[in-house]
Amino acid sequence: MSSELRDFNSNSFYAYLTEGKLMGIRCKRCTQLSVEPRPLCPSCHASDIEWHEYSGTGYLSTFTCISIVPVRMEQKGYGRNNPYCSGVITLTEGPRISARLSQVDASNPQTIKSGMSLRIDFNEIDTDNPILTFCPD
Amino acid sequence: MVASTRRRQLGRSVSVIGVGMSQFGAFKEKTSRDLFVEAFQDLMNNLDEGLDVEDIECGYLGNYSSDLFEGQGHTAPIIADWIGITPTPVTRIENACASSGSALREGIMAIASGMYDVVLVGGVEKMTSLPTEGVTDVLATAADCIYEVPAGLTFPGIYGAIAKAHMDRYETNLNHLLKVGIKNHNNGSLNPNAQFNVTIKQMMERRQARAEQRGESVPEWRDELAFLNDPTSNPWVAWPLRLYDCAPITDGASCLLLTSSEIASNFTQKPVQIVGTGQATGRPLHAAEELTSLSAAKHASSQAYQMAGITAQDVQVAEVHDCFTIAEIIASEDLGFFEPGAGPRAVDEGRTSLTGDRPINTSGGLKSKGHPVGASGVAQVIEVFHQLRGEAGLRQLPNPDLEVGLTHNVGGTGGTCVVNIFRRG
Repeated sequence: MSSELRDFNSNSFYAYLTEGKLMGIRCKRCTQLSVEPRPLCPSCHASDIEWHEYSGTGYLSTFTCISIVPVRMEQKGYGRNNPYCSGVITLTEGPRISARLSQVDASNPQTIKSGMSLRIDFNEIDTDNPILTFCPD
Repeated sequence: MVASTRRRQLGRSVSVIGVGMSQFGAFKEKTSRDLFVEAFQDLMNNLDEGLDVEDIECGYLGNYSSDLFEGQGHTAPIIADWIGITPTPVTRIENACASSGSALREGIMAIASGMYDVVLVGGVEKMTSLPTEGVTDVLATAADCIYEVPAGLTFPGIYGAIAKAHMDRYETNLNHLLKVGIKNHNNGSLNPNAQFNVTIKQMMERRQARAEQRGESVPEWRDELAFLNDPTSNPWVAWPLRLYDCAPITDGASCLLLTSSEIASNFTQKPVQIVGTGQATGRPLHAAEELTSLSAAKHASSQAYQMAGITAQDVQVAEVHDCFTIAEIIASEDLGFFEPGAGPRAVDEGRTSLTGDRPINTSGGLKSKGHPVGASGVAQVIEVFHQLRGEAGLRQLPNPDLEVGLTHNVGGTGGTCVVNIFRRG
């Protein structure tokens, strides 16, 4: 489907992700950028929205290493003896988003540093069940 | 004038005339309705002048997720039936862990509007019907299920990320978090309704005694902090948060009766007046203005202070939403008790303990008293009610001029915050 025709919603967001693109929105009226596509600008409430492709780079703002895991992550083999890392990433373009972190040692959180440069890790994004994932750049 | 800064007043004054709660804990055999009946009986048995059940005109019930925990939706009329008040209208209010804080606001407004004189407000949650992983999943539905939960974030995970941001920005360390837990368990050990009414030191000594009984090697810990820093006794949940940084999974119910202040003296000589109320919403952590603060708490408290005509410095006792130890620290900053970043030092200096100048969570907080999510907001009010009336037993604050108390109830990770302010008399 042509990108101009896609609805500004989460289905489109995750569909783009499986195609190797991190797509968010830009408000044409106030120029505010948002990662989560939505039909109304969260800043000025205008509905004059366009797609915006993000570079997929940024830095780690904060994170956690999770040992008591939800059922979905337990099924992937994570748990008390195999924690995983998730965090908040500030994208180079400014907005923040929550994401998983790959290629870090979640059993040793001291080795993971807030502020570290990250890039989106498309190799880790499963096309059937896409999860936004970043890795050290 | 901008709507968000307009000074609001209640149409008429509202008072709390009585409170009741069930035992908080893990009760395999009890359902929501059993728990609520227990709280309701406690309320009715402890009203100073008694009340005819038929005088209750309306009710609001805070409940987060009886649907997912018990497979029961439409909980309010069932509870109404079980306490024998049908056909009185009762409405369930859902705002995650702030459900009964929000229910209380609805009750306040129902009386302030002039429509009702006597309103029942309560909360209930039956959580132990699911295993820990299942509870983790249910609690995670209070976060953004499209942009936060798929990223692997759990409820403790999001607060863990907030704690890490606080540690990066200020001088906060892991021991500050643990000391909040020690303080709240010290308070909870004096609360007979608490789920864990034991100190951390007592828990440590019990573990040592158990090991000795079994003929195992007895672990040696220098003190409670050493016990809490040992990953075998206090495992990680969502680094930098450990088991003892998290409120427990709890079954429980709480309730209270509101009346218009003008008729409160018909029911008690010691009513507690609601002088300020505020509520606000916030965005998911990644979209929040700051990673070290809940903006909804700042907005809600500023509304409540303004309505009450007081400042943070006038609050003498506060129950804040310590679903995690870090949550108490940021609450103490968001409410204006301490400057941003000064919360951890205040804990170190004992300022928030029973004998400090800023007592917080005298009940033991969610951490020690327990956190049946839908019941917690009203349970906080119960503690403030007892403290202001001088009826808090062994944990009664020594201040003879105790007049002003505050409750701070958070839904999710700051999606909702409700702040209420109370005054004796």
